[in-house]
Amino acid sequence: MTETAAKATAAVAFAPPTRFAVPGRVAVAGEAAAVWQTATITGVRRETPHASTFRFAVPGWAGHLPGQHLMLRLTAGDGYAAQRHYSLASAPDDSGHIELTLDHVVDGEVSGWFHTVARPGDTVEVRGPLSGFFAWPGDRPALLLGAGSGVVPLMSMVRHHRARALDVPLRMVVSARSPEELIYARELGPETTTVFTRAAPRGVPVGRMAATHVAPLLAEQPAGGWEAYVCGSNGFAEHASRLLVAAGQPVDRIRIERFG
Amino acid sequence: MNITRGFTGRPRTENAGLPPGQYDAGDDWPVLSAEVTPELTVADWSFRIDGLVDEPRTWDREAARTLPASAYTGDIHCVTGWSKFGVRFGGVSLDAFLERVRPHGSATHAVAYSHTGYTTSLPLADLTGGRAWIAFEYEGRPLPAEHGGPARLLVPHLYFWKSAKWIAGLTLLDHDEPGFWEQNGYHARGNPWEEQRYSGD
Repeated sequence: MTETAAKATAAVAFAPPTRFAVPGRVAVAGEAAAVWQTATITGVRRETPHASTFRFAVPGWAGHLPGQHLMLRLTAGDGYAAQRHYSLASAPDDSGHIELTLDHVVDGEVSGWFHTVARPGDTVEVRGPLSGFFAWPGDRPALLLGAGSGVVPLMSMVRHHRARALDVPLRMVVSARSPEELIYARELGPETTTVFTRAAPRGVPVGRMAATHVAPLLAEQPAGGWEAYVCGSNGFAEHASRLLVAAGQPVDRIRIERFG
Repeated sequence: MNITRGFTGRPRTENAGLPPGQYDAGDDWPVLSAEVTPELTVADWSFRIDGLVDEPRTWDREAARTLPASAYTGDIHCVTGWSKFGVRFGGVSLDAFLERVRPHGSATHAVAYSHTGYTTSLPLADLTGGRAWIAFEYEGRPLPAEHGGPARLLVPHLYFWKSAKWIAGLTLLDHDEPGFWEQNGYHARGNPWEEQRYSGD
């Protein structure tokens, strides 16, 4: 190969033989994500017996899109630090505030601090927003499937949809163990179908998310097709993504955020 | 240092194997793929190396079996924060594959790509010298599909997003060509010991 030919080859961007199922939805600003910022707790709202929403003032927050997450760090007196990724629950706005909804994980050192120690005025550190593949800018019809605290990034999308009064179709199916464990229960509207896996109000069936929940939504076929977002435990994500595929949703229109 | 009021954290353990900012996941092995787990059988699986090489080549499972077996026992580290200790993967050293395609001297980087189309970019130096494998087994059993079976790339000295699941091929290049997470704000190299999580770290 000649020198010129080699250079020409190198200039062509690599394209894998298979198109990736879930290309990034948004360009990610590296600079904002690289800086740790102080976040001050300004309020705490209980959502369920095991989950609360924490509101933070982050004066330098660069803004985010629904579905993005951040990294949060707590530091002990001896310098020991613990950091975790959490989805943003709030819709993007210009309030200088963000919200996270955190499960109280058994023996969780970070969520444990939030649920037993944290109070307004406390400060933590955050960096973000991070990752673009699960982001939803509000541009395409969105079909959202979540379980447990997997509803958190999806709720950011629902809130964004409402706040901007978007016309693009949006539907959500959320699964919880029981009505008491359903996060954001009071906020859910006609866009949402709820599924209870262990206990349900009288007259409501108990069971796992099933084809009967998903198929009617796929039958709606909005213009341009659904972009599906799945969030929850790996077990739920595997189950829900198979339901979507079985109901005809293209694999390359399913984005999955798994806990861990 | 920005100390968090009332935060003490887990009891400190003297674990020299834990990179900064990581915690021990114990028996858990979280699954974090962004795409639907593919229904990829052993018969459907293939692995190709091309780009800046003398002899591009494709292996199926049987052809890969003729290469010398090689195992990795050690630790793995995920950029989300967990590390997992003392895991055992069985497979073939990537050196054995590269030896047969003969990389050009001009090759400096590689893009690893999956049967799902997932991509990740790595310096070629991180894929040679007995530090990278094509792994078919985990703890003596076939690698589970959700963890990348039938075969995944294994580069355990870097954050695990570099260890592409459902590995389909490597293309050798003379420049860095950012893959999926690298385009999504993650670090070009991803060395856990230098905590290279995001671009700019």
